[in-house]
Amino acid sequence: MAQAEQVTRVRQSGRIWRRVKLLAESPVGMVGAALVLFWIIVAILAPWLAPYDPNVNDPSTVPDHIDPMMDPTPNSVYLLGTDNQGRDLLSRIIWGSRIVLIVAPTATLSAYVVGCLLGLLAGYYRGWVDTLISRFSDIVLSFPAIVLYILIITRLGPSALNVVIAVIFIASPQIVRIVRGITMEQRELDYVTAAKMRGESSLYIMLVEILPNTRGPLIVDACLRMGYTTIQIGVLGFLGLGLPPPNADWGSMIKDAYAMMSSAPHMSLFPAIAISSLVVGFSLLADGLREISLRD
Amino acid sequence: MTPSRTDQEIRQHPKSDRPILELQNVCISYVTRAGRIDVVPNLSFSLAKGEALGLVGESGCGKSTVAYAIMKYLGGAGRVSEGKILFDGRDMATMTANELRDIRGRKLAMVYQDPMSSLNPTMRIGAQLEEVPILHMGASRAEARERAIKMLTEVNLPDPQTIVERYPHQLSGGQQQRVVIAMALMAEPDLLVMDEPTTGLDVTVEAAVLDLVAQLRRKHDTAIIFISHNLGTVLRVCDRVGVMYFGELAEEGPIRDVFANPRHPYTRGLLDSIPTMGADKRSRRLNPIVGQVPSALLRPDGCGFASRCSFMDPTRCLSGEIPTISMSGEAQHHVKCLRIAELPEHRRFQVVSDDQPEAVAAENNAEILTIDHLHKIYRQSTSPFGGEYRDVRALTDVELGAQRGRTLAVVGESGCGKSSLAKILTGIELSTKGKVRLMEWDIGSVPVASRSQAQKKSIQMVFQNPESTLNPSHTVGYVIRRALQRLKGLRAGEARKQAQDLLRQVNLPAEFASRRPRQLSGGQKQRVAIARALAGDPTVVIADEPVSALDVSVQAAIINLLIDLQDQRDTTLVFISHDLAVVRFLADSVAVMYLGRVVEYGTVDQVYSPPFHPYTEALLSAAPVAEVGKERTRIILEGTLPSTTEQITGCAFASRCPRKIGAICDTQPPPEQITPQGHRVLCHIPLSDLTKLNYQAAE
Repeated sequence: MAQAEQVTRVRQSGRIWRRVKLLAESPVGMVGAALVLFWIIVAILAPWLAPYDPNVNDPSTVPDHIDPMMDPTPNSVYLLGTDNQGRDLLSRIIWGSRIVLIVAPTATLSAYVVGCLLGLLAGYYRGWVDTLISRFSDIVLSFPAIVLYILIITRLGPSALNVVIAVIFIASPQIVRIVRGITMEQRELDYVTAAKMRGESSLYIMLVEILPNTRGPLIVDACLRMGYTTIQIGVLGFLGLGLPPPNADWGSMIKDAYAMMSSAPHMSLFPAIAISSLVVGFSLLADGLREISLRD
Repeated sequence: MTPSRTDQEIRQHPKSDRPILELQNVCISYVTRAGRIDVVPNLSFSLAKGEALGLVGESGCGKSTVAYAIMKYLGGAGRVSEGKILFDGRDMATMTANELRDIRGRKLAMVYQDPMSSLNPTMRIGAQLEEVPILHMGASRAEARERAIKMLTEVNLPDPQTIVERYPHQLSGGQQQRVVIAMALMAEPDLLVMDEPTTGLDVTVEAAVLDLVAQLRRKHDTAIIFISHNLGTVLRVCDRVGVMYFGELAEEGPIRDVFANPRHPYTRGLLDSIPTMGADKRSRRLNPIVGQVPSALLRPDGCGFASRCSFMDPTRCLSGEIPTISMSGEAQHHVKCLRIAELPEHRRFQVVSDDQPEAVAAENNAEILTIDHLHKIYRQSTSPFGGEYRDVRALTDVELGAQRGRTLAVVGESGCGKSSLAKILTGIELSTKGKVRLMEWDIGSVPVASRSQAQKKSIQMVFQNPESTLNPSHTVGYVIRRALQRLKGLRAGEARKQAQDLLRQVNLPAEFASRRPRQLSGGQKQRVAIARALAGDPTVVIADEPVSALDVSVQAAIINLLIDLQDQRDTTLVFISHDLAVVRFLADSVAVMYLGRVVEYGTVDQVYSPPFHPYTEALLSAAPVAEVGKERTRIILEGTLPSTTEQITGCAFASRCPRKIGAICDTQPPPEQITPQGHRVLCHIPLSDLTKLNYQAAE
């Protein structure tokens, strides 16, 4: 009898809550979720968490503190030390999380909007629409991603918007492939025929009937892709193609500091830890989500 | 349970001293996050050498689980947690991996439902068959090849010398299944476990495979465990039957005793829910078993079947152990039911009189759907660069009509064109030539997107596969409301109200509106699909095999529902099916299709009584019947189905026709012979001669 109650209770609770509970059963997914959540909270609370202005040289007003230009290593005033210009590393990393957590999801989501639409069109209409979209995707995919990033950013100039545009251009072909495949499979199913028989428009069939059924594989992929984009933003920053200074971009912070790796390793080490912890967080979360989707 | 049972059974089979397989109080469980679930709580039976035992029951009753437990293929989560499985007297749990492999190859073999899952698509048939003797018997390659060819000959495959050189995908489904059976028999196993081996096959192919199994069994003295949901096929192959419900043997005994005199209410329910060949909708309704198999998580106290049993006695059936009782006077017939002595005698339905159906059939309704010389030719590109085509003739000169409020059934095997016909009626495909008239419209060449609102509304469809008929992302309520809004132009509030009415009409509770397809059973999904099709009050509903994927108990309920809804709404039903018993029961007129042509057309009574078209005769003889004493002599169709790309000059059926009269069949198209009553047969043999031949064959 106790089991019966449990079963009904599980059924009654909401779908989202049920998924959260399932995720809680996957330790890997929980670690990932915790890491991502940590950075989201840091980004939201940046103005209150950051001890100093991230763009001011030697911001501390503590009397008689060690001059960062003499000794930039971590001390009681600057907990993670200071960078080559005497700015507080902790504050810069905290503010930097805002940049990455705004640019990466915006870019990934935009790539998803474009990728899903093109994928649906290609998979649903087939024929020349498919040929056009698929061949164009193939061309983009045949270039090494990093080369394309460098080409686009050097052409358009470094800015948050241009990073988003570059990610749309480079990531959406892969999303097109996934969505196209699922659409081709789903459009043959009877529920699509039933929709046609009651006279639904192609747009309705694509967006309301087919698109929701692509979400299983797409949610996992989106999470992984968020990690890739974070890395790409870091790489662009490192190559000097990130956000223009004085923005506290994690990648740019490593670039500014890597020449001093031997004398002041902390300057590049802490931003690097920040990037990798967020990327690992996204990957582990994706693993957890995949585990759930397999069980469902 | 009944420890004395096994001893008793051994005595019944004097030819062997030891059963080949013995299950002693076996409990099979799956370990999940929710804890241990006993899917099969306590099962005992034994199988003598050379004996064939059928296991029947609805899906989810543990039939396949038992088969996998015997093969020791339960997978990671499943295990035999209590009891013993003795194979040839040895406990399988104590065998080492090496011993098991040895036994599986040489003494124990399994045949699955899908032949492609047992065949390696990258290996030639010969190489796959040779593996068995080479690995298990130390045979040389030449000896192995010789054995392989001999075995392929035994399973009646034409030209085994070329078959061994082929790859699996180059064979038809029936041929593949024969190869799998040949492979299973290569080592002459003592026990063959067959899990729904003919479920995916056409009736005529199924009949041939079943005959083959019965014949090989006699020859090699192989014991067989034959799992099927189709009671008719089990009757053809087995000596004994075990009716499984909820992981337990509800009834077990010699198959003829069990089918002729079923004792357990569940067995009776299963037998009552299938249409008998003599019955039709005018004389009775089918009796489905209410409810569904409960989840193994919630095994109740007392009898597992109590919640669905119409003979349930609340004072005794709901608690305590239910004993397995041996029937007095019937050796080996065991029933797990408390009340068998108190139950009324069971009678399979018989036709009371046949003048009533005649009276109804004579009354003519207006013809609402007319199919006039319809042709459908698909162009298939034969070259990857385009430019070269060949024609696939899906439909050739089809002429049919359906009356208002009546059911037109279209029967035939896969590839006969019945689905192409449905696609043209629904406007998913267009006709190449000919007309389809629905009321005052010609819709044969109007794609669904260009059909008017009234035309869309008038013709709707129920699909075969309950798993793909509903969008998994949408709730039941949304699906029905959307159909109401689109087809009837209702506002949201009104649609909500009418959706509730529709759910009630298909016998689903109103709270199902908020459920999603994965929370529904197959039968419930089909009910929702029917509600969706009825949303626009259609004049014609096309039902493409709507019950073929369902359990018999559920099938009966859906058929009843279709009949009731048709009575209430005066809907015309175009019922596409391969199941002749269901068609006999449900239809008013029947069209038998072969290779895109209608070979016989008439009212049910005309089509189901002589003169038959030779193909109809073969189909009827092949249909498995679950009635003792009603089995017919089977006509096995030899030869191969001509390809639909060939231009056929003579009769399409000539290459397989057992009644072929000579060269005329190959060279001249058969004439359409029509009786004054409208019965149409496409054959060179005169109708009077056909009738004579049919009666001779029946004797």
